[in-house]
Amino acid sequence: MNLILFGLLNIVGILLMLVIGAALLTWIERRLLGFWQDRRGPNRVGPFGSLQVVADMIKILFKQDWIPPFADPVVFVLAPAVVMVAALLAFAVVPVTPSIGIAGNLNIGILFFLAMTSLSVYSVVLAGWASNNKYSLLGGMRAAAQMVSYEVFMGLALIGVVMLTGSFSLADIVRAQQELWFVVPQFLGFIVFMIAGIAETHRLPFDLPEGENELGAGFHTEYSSMKFGMFFVGEYIGIILVSAMIVILFFGGWQGPLLPPILWFAIKTGAFVGFFILLRAALPRPRYDQLMAYGWKLMLPLSLLNIAVTGAVMLTH
Amino acid sequence: MLSSIRTLWYTFLHLFHHSETVQYPEQMPYLAPRYRGRIVLSRDPDGEERCVSCYLCAVACPVDCISLQKTEEDGRWYPEWFRINFSRCIFCGFCEEACPTYAIQLTPDFEMSEYERENLIYEKEDLLISGTGKYPDYSFYRVSGLAIPGKGKGEAERERPPIDTRALLP
Amino acid sequence: MNATFYLSAAIAVLSTVLVITRANGVHALLYLVVSLLAVALVFFTLGAPFAAALEVIVYAGAIMVLFVFVVMMMNLGDAAAVREARWMEPKIWVGPSILAILLTAQLAYMLDSNTMSQPHHAIVPARAVGIAMYGPYLLCVELASMLLLAALVGAYRLAHTEHGRL
Ligand code: SF4
Ligand code: SF4
Repeated sequence: MNLILFGLLNIVGILLMLVIGAALLTWIERRLLGFWQDRRGPNRVGPFGSLQVVADMIKILFKQDWIPPFADPVVFVLAPAVVMVAALLAFAVVPVTPSIGIAGNLNIGILFFLAMTSLSVYSVVLAGWASNNKYSLLGGMRAAAQMVSYEVFMGLALIGVVMLTGSFSLADIVRAQQELWFVVPQFLGFIVFMIAGIAETHRLPFDLPEGENELGAGFHTEYSSMKFGMFFVGEYIGIILVSAMIVILFFGGWQGPLLPPILWFAIKTGAFVGFFILLRAALPRPRYDQLMAYGWKLMLPLSLLNIAVTGAVMLTH
Repeated sequence: MLSSIRTLWYTFLHLFHHSETVQYPEQMPYLAPRYRGRIVLSRDPDGEERCVSCYLCAVACPVDCISLQKTEEDGRWYPEWFRINFSRCIFCGFCEEACPTYAIQLTPDFEMSEYERENLIYEKEDLLISGTGKYPDYSFYRVSGLAIPGKGKGEAERERPPIDTRALLP
Repeated sequence: MNATFYLSAAIAVLSTVLVITRANGVHALLYLVVSLLAVALVFFTLGAPFAAALEVIVYAGAIMVLFVFVVMMMNLGDAAAVREARWMEPKIWVGPSILAILLTAQLAYMLDSNTMSQPHHAIVPARAVGIAMYGPYLLCVELASMLLLAALVGAYRLAHTEHGRL
């Protein structure tokens, strides 16, 4: 009974943390972007502008929830739900600390994560298709090609870590990093995984599916109100997810001296979320064919090389 | 690749730069005296209206937002009404350049938002100020040769008495 | 666990039926995705989590995305849906139905004759799958990889235009 209660508490706690964290991120991102561009960012509503989140929420909830008459209504409604569900489900296998986490010990943890990210492609593709609008369709098609190809490198980049640990379970992977964080032996894997992670969450600089200057707003051009909000929040949850995965796979997860594990996890994840925002502030968007060429001609060989070298080193030891 | 990382680093350093933002309502930005903002109609040092209804400003205005009607009283010309539609004004300052009497002047004030567009049409009463604006000493009637009550021909500043063209004397 | 199994199996069957009867291509594909997810869950309940995860990643997450992608590219529209609906005549159903009934009968016979043992609920870890693949089935894996390589080269050749650029 106690176990069930603890489990429930875990689930609700993580869910709440995620949704609130994602909402707060919308504000944090704008403030950080502001600082990096010598501006202040939103600082009017509440202390340091932190209630901006609430203001935005109210605004977005009260917007007209419009389904265009030319759209495919069922798929149109389904698409934003998929992105949220996939991102939230992926968190089920994230071990925040040894005790907090829903199924951190799941023996196929990494595969589950990959499965969920691969399902999140659907939200973008379906949104693009269901909107029945050529810009949305173009955005959806870009998203499909981009995410399916970067998923490959993401998976390949993880193989090195799995080889070193000998397990797909994320908790085992963290425990295996007691002495040495995997970022040292798996530096190449880390780089590839991070870049693929950005592409998977279609964040800047890889946000071609919603490239404003060519496609209006890309796949979510036709979305309004909370449906748009779900894409928005889903994207932020995706950022948190990828940051958390980077921390778990390459930066020793919850491990760290002095501070309690949960704080270490939060600090490390927060640092990577900040790095994602920095990327957005600093880098321009590549052209689409550059993006694909970059993936297949640079990332794929790099990740294969990483696997080969890791294997060779492991065999010689 | 390297240049991207360099860009990242330099952008990151901006975290420690001071921000360029002016916190506007609390912290007013400095506006030069010649800033082109809300338009006023000034008076001469004697407290009379400077505008002589010459219509030059209305002609000069590129967006045609000035309209006025001339009237006359004791030899002096006044605008009967004078209207500026600030929802059209682009604050170019051409009216100020065109005005021969320094009557119309632009001021460093831009806080004139309204909820209703009609409220942006300013009448003469709204435009007239009690002071002289940027040119404290200038008075058109004092330097012009026009005769008005209290000032005959030739009595203006730096004006010689009129020459009697019918007289034979030099 | 049993309830999950039956529920996901029922969903799989139902969505597969819907795949066949939908006239709109994208809708059919979406039902196929649902069906694949349900099958993945069936695998999971039967104790093959590795197969379940691969099912989702490879089939639902990659191959079906490409299918949807192609259907989207063609952008068939309503006319195609009408044409599809016309194909759903009773006459069309005869052939496939006979084949399906044959298969079902075979399955029922197999189940009845108990040639298949009860599904044992031992969990098959990823390691076992790997050892099986690179042990007894090594030849199959190699053959499949050759085939994929050939497909890769073929696709590259097809996509390559005269000017050397896409
Ligand atoms: S500032 Fe320019 S636009 Fe405005 S009233 Fe004067 S001439 Fe017209
Ligand atoms: S140009 Fe000056 S004097 Fe002439 S009508 Fe305009 S404001 Fe009056």
